[in-house]
Amino acid sequence: MSAISNPKSAIGPLPTFSIDPPSSWTSIGFHELWDYRELLYFLIWRDVKVRYKQTALGAAWAVIQPVFMMLVFSLFFGRLGKIPSDGIPYPVFTFCALLPWQLFAHAVGESSNSLVGNQNLITKVYFPRLVVPISAVLGGVVDFAIAFVLLMVMMGYYGIVPSLAIVTLPAFLLLAIMTALGVGLWLSALNVQYRDVRYTINFLIQFWLFATPVAYPSSLVPERWRALYGLNPMAGVVEGFRWALLGKTDPPGALLWVSIAVVSLLLVGGLYYCRRMEQQFADVV
Amino acid sequence: MSDIAIKVEGLSKQYRIGERESYKALRDVITDAASGPFRRLRSAFQNGNGTSPASASGLSTQDSAHGNGHQIRNPQSAIRNSFWALDDVSFEVKRGEVMGIIGRNGAGKSTLLKILSRITKPTKGHATIHGRVGSLLEVGTGFHPELTGRENIYLNAAILGMRRAEVEKKFDEIVAFAEVETFIDTPVKRYSSGMYVRLAFAVAAHMETEVLLVDEVLAVGDAEFQKKCLGKISDVSREGRTILFVSHNMGAVNKLCQSVAWLKSGRLNNIGKTEHVLSKYLSDNNSGEGERCWDCLASAPGNVKMRLRCVRILNWAGVVSTTIDIRQPFYVELSYAVLIDLPVARVNFSMVAGDGTIVFTSSDINDHNWEGRSRGAGSYVSRCKIPGNLLNSGAYTLTVGADIPLVEVLFLEEHVIGVEIEQTGGVSRHYSERWAGVVCPDLPWQISFEQEVHSPADKAIHNHL
Repeated sequence: MSAISNPKSAIGPLPTFSIDPPSSWTSIGFHELWDYRELLYFLIWRDVKVRYKQTALGAAWAVIQPVFMMLVFSLFFGRLGKIPSDGIPYPVFTFCALLPWQLFAHAVGESSNSLVGNQNLITKVYFPRLVVPISAVLGGVVDFAIAFVLLMVMMGYYGIVPSLAIVTLPAFLLLAIMTALGVGLWLSALNVQYRDVRYTINFLIQFWLFATPVAYPSSLVPERWRALYGLNPMAGVVEGFRWALLGKTDPPGALLWVSIAVVSLLLVGGLYYCRRMEQQFADVV
Repeated sequence: MSDIAIKVEGLSKQYRIGERESYKALRDVITDAASGPFRRLRSAFQNGNGTSPASASGLSTQDSAHGNGHQIRNPQSAIRNSFWALDDVSFEVKRGEVMGIIGRNGAGKSTLLKILSRITKPTKGHATIHGRVGSLLEVGTGFHPELTGRENIYLNAAILGMRRAEVEKKFDEIVAFAEVETFIDTPVKRYSSGMYVRLAFAVAAHMETEVLLVDEVLAVGDAEFQKKCLGKISDVSREGRTILFVSHNMGAVNKLCQSVAWLKSGRLNNIGKTEHVLSKYLSDNNSGEGERCWDCLASAPGNVKMRLRCVRILNWAGVVSTTIDIRQPFYVELSYAVLIDLPVARVNFSMVAGDGTIVFTSSDINDHNWEGRSRGAGSYVSRCKIPGNLLNSGAYTLTVGADIPLVEVLFLEEHVIGVEIEQTGGVSRHYSERWAGVVCPDLPWQISFEQEVHSPADKAIHNHL
């Protein structure tokens, strides 16, 4: 028994940790996640820093991809294909949708391999494993912010002033993040166990892009099918973004609610699945 | 508040090994699930008619032609497919105690630490830890080569669970401990391996958790660094923190730990006071391998004149043992059969160090009592006593031979047996590192005080120094 008292233990009772065999039900552990918020910040910071270190163009990479996609879409779909764009100039129309889309695509791509990619951490240190895919998803928000500035510039150029609906923008951003997180969590947990998941990501993102109203408006879809179209959660996100920022179209309606429902299911399911699989990660990865 | 910091009860961990596929493919799992019912029907039908070849062999089968991961397991293959890395381990560690964990490679030491660090879950059993836990399972976890030393300190500290404010407060201390002040803003990929390891350890050493789990991190780095690490760990223990220390370095364990737990094949073999468990561990290791014998004379080394029967290493107590305490004397015993009268013959051995250096050669004609007598036919034992505190720690081999000087070599067996001199104390016990040199004698030194500093001139010189 040590006679030397540790001043820190005098402050309060010590936390106690109980170590047990894996159980089938685990809580999500929000309290613990909040405790580790600094680690979350540092993992995001590390990913962003490493991504842009030693690159010539630096942060410009965040905008190059959506800009080029916008240019190609504007030429082939907007001008040549004559796809309608709800009365809004096509480039802005599609760029506005490309922003949340980029966030989603980047997040899904990064988070699906995040657990496997960080296996040196997972096998050596304890922290709630959810931090890893969450940091992968949130890393995309930095790119989003940079591209958003460009969007503002474009809107200024075309003389589009956002209506009052812009106050809902943070809510739609949150919805986009939740969608990315929901899908990302499932994929990252599945990828630890089944390594072929990683190779399906590219293909998944490709066809998902076309299933989402980025290059075309959702008004292309007949009225009676539109609510069902909301099963693609990104449809709700994109339409919500367009409504909040560009203001001209009607509010999304039933499509949005279906999307929100799907996202909630995905997210909650993803969190539980990830937490449950967490118990085996260090052994399997 | 309980006196116990760590309480482990019946902790067990089972791992699957071998035939299981490394990674499953989702595609296979889905096709498996779809075709499962059909396969079960088919095997039921086959079992009704007689056993199919696959199940009769009793091995777990993998239908690799179809690429599915379905395993038909039976109890035999289940045993072959898994092993218990930890088996029903129970012990308690009091608050402020430093407990060493020793054992051969693969005994389960790292698994135990992993479970207590909550990195992996036990298969059975339960453990409770009172206090925050800091794990040093690997040095430099999370270091990214592209980031600078400064950035990596923050990153690594966050990974280890330190708060940012804490790190800022201790930043200078950490950099000073690592001695990388001038390189702190250079990317870590430019660091030498020594700097890298020093920095990594410096961050981890400044964790302020109540419980510290350290896993053989002293195996990296040079002697200077190891000395520093040990010093830091003993500082930490003096502050009243509980430490679990896994190491192969018996000297370090002896110096730092009050108690030791000895794991053998996943089971707790012994636990108790350091000296007690350590001596048991050393005498247990390699028992039975301390001798090499030839039963059949015809195949034993030698010729018609003399045959070697047995080579033995005995510790100070006369017990056959390959692991010898550096402080204690030990014996090399050679048993041989002389087949015809030999007027002049000698039996010798050479002690060879790990790098091939011959430390010394000694011959049994050194026995003054024998006085150069001839050896009549019969069996003999020549025993040599090697004093303690002579050989440095490490692994040695013996080369054994007999000859008639300048005439004939009777037998010569190179590297016939091995002996391990263990660093449990001895002259270099004040440091855990190994002194350079093949021998490590306990030489007498004398420190004498010459003169006090009297005149101002003397004082000036003294102060200047």
